[in-house]
Amino acid sequence: MLKSEATAAVPLKKSRPLNLNLRFKQFLKQLWSYRMSYFFLAPFVITFTLFVIIPVSLAILLSFTYFNALEFPKWVGWNNYLYLLSQDLIFLKYSLPNTIKFALIVGPGGYIASFILAWLIAQLPNTARTFYALAFYSPSLAAGAAMTAVWVPLLAGDRIGYLNSFLLNLGIIDQPVLWVTDPAFLMGSMIVVTLWASMGVGFLAQLAGVLNVNKELYEAGAIDGISSRLQQIWYITIPSMKPQMLFSAVMAIVNTFKAGLIGGDLSGTFPTPQYAGHVMMSHIKDYADVRFEMGYASAVSVFLLVMMFVANKLSTRLFGTRGDE
Amino acid sequence: MAVASMPKQSWIKKLTKPFKRNPMNKTDGFQKFLFVLLTLLGIFMIIPLVFLFNHALKPYSELFNYPPNIIVRNPTFQNFIELFSATSSSVVPVTRYLFNSIVVTILTVITVVIVSAMAAYPLSKHNFPGRNALFGLIVLSLMFAPETVQIPNYLVVSNLGIMNTYLGHIMPHLAATVSVFLMKQFVDQVPNELLEAAKMDGAREFTVFLRIVIPMIMPAVATVAILTFQAAWGNTETSRLFMQDEAMKTFPFFLTTFTNGAVNAVARQGAMAAATLILFLPNFFFFLFFQRKVIATMAHSGIK
Repeated sequence: MLKSEATAAVPLKKSRPLNLNLRFKQFLKQLWSYRMSYFFLAPFVITFTLFVIIPVSLAILLSFTYFNALEFPKWVGWNNYLYLLSQDLIFLKYSLPNTIKFALIVGPGGYIASFILAWLIAQLPNTARTFYALAFYSPSLAAGAAMTAVWVPLLAGDRIGYLNSFLLNLGIIDQPVLWVTDPAFLMGSMIVVTLWASMGVGFLAQLAGVLNVNKELYEAGAIDGISSRLQQIWYITIPSMKPQMLFSAVMAIVNTFKAGLIGGDLSGTFPTPQYAGHVMMSHIKDYADVRFEMGYASAVSVFLLVMMFVANKLSTRLFGTRGDE
Repeated sequence: MAVASMPKQSWIKKLTKPFKRNPMNKTDGFQKFLFVLLTLLGIFMIIPLVFLFNHALKPYSELFNYPPNIIVRNPTFQNFIELFSATSSSVVPVTRYLFNSIVVTILTVITVVIVSAMAAYPLSKHNFPGRNALFGLIVLSLMFAPETVQIPNYLVVSNLGIMNTYLGHIMPHLAATVSVFLMKQFVDQVPNELLEAAKMDGAREFTVFLRIVIPMIMPAVATVAILTFQAAWGNTETSRLFMQDEAMKTFPFFLTTFTNGAVNAVARQGAMAAATLILFLPNFFFFLFFQRKVIATMAHSGIK
């Protein structure tokens, strides 16, 4: 057995230094032997290239140009980025701080809330668990177009608005509050509505993660002196569901940065009153759909992608597992 | 109890064991406290949906009543009738939007499931050159939202010549990185020995894929189907960006034309709620139907 392996290896070793051409041929042969793999992958790889790789690369290219969708793009170098970070007052005063504020509350806030909820629900008996999981998940089914239709009448600014009427009845407020048109309240409304609809895929991943923690670990932990549920969570549950937590974090980050357009939908005006709900997605929309400065809009979207990427790298640091830890 | 019939579900079994001292049919003090807390939170989550359901069934007299009431007193289908009749005389009747949505959603779900399952199998089980690079690229793109780069997307679609066609609705969904990722994590659970045994018996890749891999990853297939359904059914972007022909646009896009003026043009609130309910209910029932499988798949969703 050993001998045959040795003899088989000899011609290979000899041929290696012969010439590059042969090695290239061998590589092609190897590729050909995996032709079925590539065949299976082809449909996905083609669409992935068309709708992810090419658009993202094009966006990066366009971000260095002036492009008004009519004439051919004109190369302007770093100008778009320079303008964005030094002179675009609306971006620096409203869009960037709003995005960061919105993302910090909805992102980590919603993420921690979904972990706590997932853990709490997992402590319930079976039938009840299904029921509560459904109750928390179903709002995320109404995300998007449906979300606005649901919340606009609830948050309406006159006394017919349901929230206003409820609070007036309780005597908490003495006159109707303009929940979505007053710049002071718009951001708060946006955050609440987004949080309401944020218990989606990530929440389900966390629920499944909590449910799948090896039960023997809890028993072993009890022997080692873990007494409270909080200790159980910190020392057993979280470490054993790190991969699900990371997946959930990635979903939360991406959805948070994408969710910003809700402000315009809620208030019914674009841009939002006094830019109170103006986030980076609205800034992109403003330049792309209203002002037709596609190059600049691309620069803003590339900036947004970089922010998403940095946030994701941070969460990978937190929850990433190294090797087979 | 009814609960006794459920332990077939392995994840349910796993849950109940850690707490040996309280068997699953008994509730202790902590659980009672939890019930109260979660019920309060649950009510906050559910109220807007209850409201939507009732709002859609309210007659005119109740829509703008003061004081407003969430629960409907005299339910009627008047709003639905208005939704379908008011638009039947306009350029594009609402049934056309609905038809487009149904066609697009069904085709999208089927193709995304097939394409992502086909991609997941070699990604998980074959050791082809470029595999790690491709998977790395997929995980990387999970961390972006490619939808944010709409302008290049528009350029790609218009150069492909699929503007104003159903393909323009469907193809952007096929680059489904989340679906491929979830499926791949699930195919990882299929034992290699099983695949090798089948190949020893002379089965070809296609047979292995169809007869062994697909049946074993059915929970992931169901999950991807649901998630894709939700994404496609509620999608307004493809209609907004790629469809200039009004007759090719979809139902959720039609809904946004309602909501855009919602604050001022309150008159159509009833019809709007009816349309929203039509959009929401299929999502809800599909999830209700498949939720066990979804949670089973999510257990393998981790990024390592």
